[in-house]
Amino acid sequence: MKRLLTILFVMLVSASLLLSACAQQPATPQEPQAGESQQGASEEPTGKEVTALIGFTASQTGKLNVESTRQINGLNLWMEQVNSAGGVRLADGTVVKFEAKFYDDESNTERVQELYTRLATEDNATFMISPYSSGLADASAVIAEQYGKIMITTGAASDSTYKKGYTLVYQAYTPASKYLTGAIDLLKATDPNAKKLAIVHENDKFSTDVSNALNDYALAQGYEVVIFEGYDSGTTDFNPFINKIQEAAPDAILGGGHFQDGSTFAKQLFEKNVTAKFIALLVAPPEPSFAELGDAALGVIGPSQWEPLAAFTEENAKAAGLAWYGPSSADFVAAYKAKYNEDPSYHAAGGYIAGMLLQHAIEKAGSLETEAVKAALDATDTLTMFGYLKFDTSAEAHGLQMGHSMVYIQWQKDSAGSLVKQVVWPAEGRTAETIYPIR
Amino acid sequence: MDIFAFLVDGLLIGFVYGIAAMGLTLIWGVMNVINLSHGPIIALGSFGVYILFTQFGMNPYLALLVMAVVGLLLGMLIYVIAIHRVIDAPHLSTLLATFSVNMIIIGIGTTIFTTTPRTVDFSLGSISAGPITVLGTRLTAALAAVLVTGALYFFLYRTTPGKFVRAVANNRAAAELMGIPSSRILALSFGLGTMLAAIAGSLIATFFPFTILSGGVYELKSFVIGVLGGLGNPLGALAGGLVLGTLEGIIPKFLPTTWVPVLEFIFFIVILLVRPTGLFGAKK
Repeated sequence: MKRLLTILFVMLVSASLLLSACAQQPATPQEPQAGESQQGASEEPTGKEVTALIGFTASQTGKLNVESTRQINGLNLWMEQVNSAGGVRLADGTVVKFEAKFYDDESNTERVQELYTRLATEDNATFMISPYSSGLADASAVIAEQYGKIMITTGAASDSTYKKGYTLVYQAYTPASKYLTGAIDLLKATDPNAKKLAIVHENDKFSTDVSNALNDYALAQGYEVVIFEGYDSGTTDFNPFINKIQEAAPDAILGGGHFQDGSTFAKQLFEKNVTAKFIALLVAPPEPSFAELGDAALGVIGPSQWEPLAAFTEENAKAAGLAWYGPSSADFVAAYKAKYNEDPSYHAAGGYIAGMLLQHAIEKAGSLETEAVKAALDATDTLTMFGYLKFDTSAEAHGLQMGHSMVYIQWQKDSAGSLVKQVVWPAEGRTAETIYPIR
Repeated sequence: MDIFAFLVDGLLIGFVYGIAAMGLTLIWGVMNVINLSHGPIIALGSFGVYILFTQFGMNPYLALLVMAVVGLLLGMLIYVIAIHRVIDAPHLSTLLATFSVNMIIIGIGTTIFTTTPRTVDFSLGSISAGPITVLGTRLTAALAAVLVTGALYFFLYRTTPGKFVRAVANNRAAAELMGIPSSRILALSFGLGTMLAAIAGSLIATFFPFTILSGGVYELKSFVIGVLGGLGNPLGALAGGLVLGTLEGIIPKFLPTTWVPVLEFIFFIVILLVRPTGLFGAKK
């Protein structure tokens, strides 16, 4: 019996070593030759059409489903538009068309790593787009870097991903450290007497990063943070937090996490008659479906990476001496509505802009070579319908978004009594006065 | 705000925990089976109400009655297919059988419903008294839990099939000698346990979002409650649910909410050590 076990153990160890050796083979960074994509074409022949495979995962199931679906909708719209416009022509005349290769990650970090490895090794994706959310994007970024693939992250705001020494990962979103700090500026401008804040946030990477930065900023601005607590992802009962909030009687409630928990939190705050003057939550409020909460949505503020109302135009780019790239917000909104029969949220715009950033860099590079596209991304300095985009190129935070900034929306009622989003901050982009106090 | 608001919320959720645990403890008490499919059946109860409410416009409380019947029949079916053949085998066999049912339900549920959270958008308003606000749906759930407990006791102590269930729980061999069809009674008991799980899931759907995986949390709590109240003691389960709910309500008043599961499970281990039959005594 002992001998049999020994033989089995040796066989297992041998098989493990063999498997790990096989798995490591593709780990050598490979130049993403478009010719190695599914088409089997080569980049060299002039005038030839090649396909660049864009690899990504989508949270088609799980708690990130709502935001991820919109993000992928935006990305697919970009791909459809660029392909129907004839693709991107490289310096040698080769025409590049784009094709998506994606899997459902089930909103699960382990699945993300497994699937991005498959995208890099089996599917040989030319470029990669991150999944939605900081946690999943962080898990995918290490795979992209390891296999030498350029990745544009979108729907991923955590700063820390870009402070790990990666050189091929680029962030489209405003970083988490600046995500909710504008809400403090808005509160200060609206009510200089407000002093007490409650910060209740999801205990995931993104929301914790945002809330820590928010807490530091609030304390520096002289606010008293009376509650600073995290809740587990997937929390459905916020009553223990709400009871604490009612006891502490803060002027403002800030925090949240993602769509499901954020909208449940807002709903339960309303149901429990919490009399906060100001509520600002992450992610959920800018989603159009947040309005389904009815009166519970009224007055809730949310930071948005993009709003169609924001004044990013070609004229403004010229006036600011910046290069303009891509369609206007109005054109994007019209195309999105025509394709999906709904208004685009900032997640959708984020998906679209991730593809557009790649397109811009490939056009500038005139090549699909990783080094050339990386150099073009490093040099990005342009205004788009999503806002100003520029990456940090320092060794400490390579790829961190430096140009983009948030806008803050608030759900208000129009003259017909319907809930509509209004931009309330920054002041120069404001479309309506802030409702304050909200209850 | 005084501690009363924390206490009320805790007690109200405690009733729902109690009814969820009652099903688990009933199956254990009668059959000596640890039902690991309890959680997914709670989730199925929630989905049943969701489908009947969103697709057919049925009132969630009417849908609850439908789901109670579905839960009873589903439980009997699970018993016949998965449990009956291994009922006399060691505990590990029944544990694996119910775990298999658990995996099958979660697999099918994930395929059909995905793991995207769903909500039943239904409100009964709220009642406020000073700083305390209680939702109508939660109050109704507590009331329903009391009614279901009463009905279960009436069934077990005042009806013939109920007496058969108790007889089989006490001594199956003796019950068989008295002419009680033990297999049918065991199927009925398993059906009753899953019916209680489905009712708990139906009530949860009226105030919390849920996925097919949501039942796992309630299943875990049901084990704790079962031990607190005494395994096999349905009334003890309701009392155990109230104890657990009270702890969950009051702890956040004094400590960060992340401490709730830590203290709950410390309490669980202490009870196992000092009073393994539970606070209210195990019943067979």
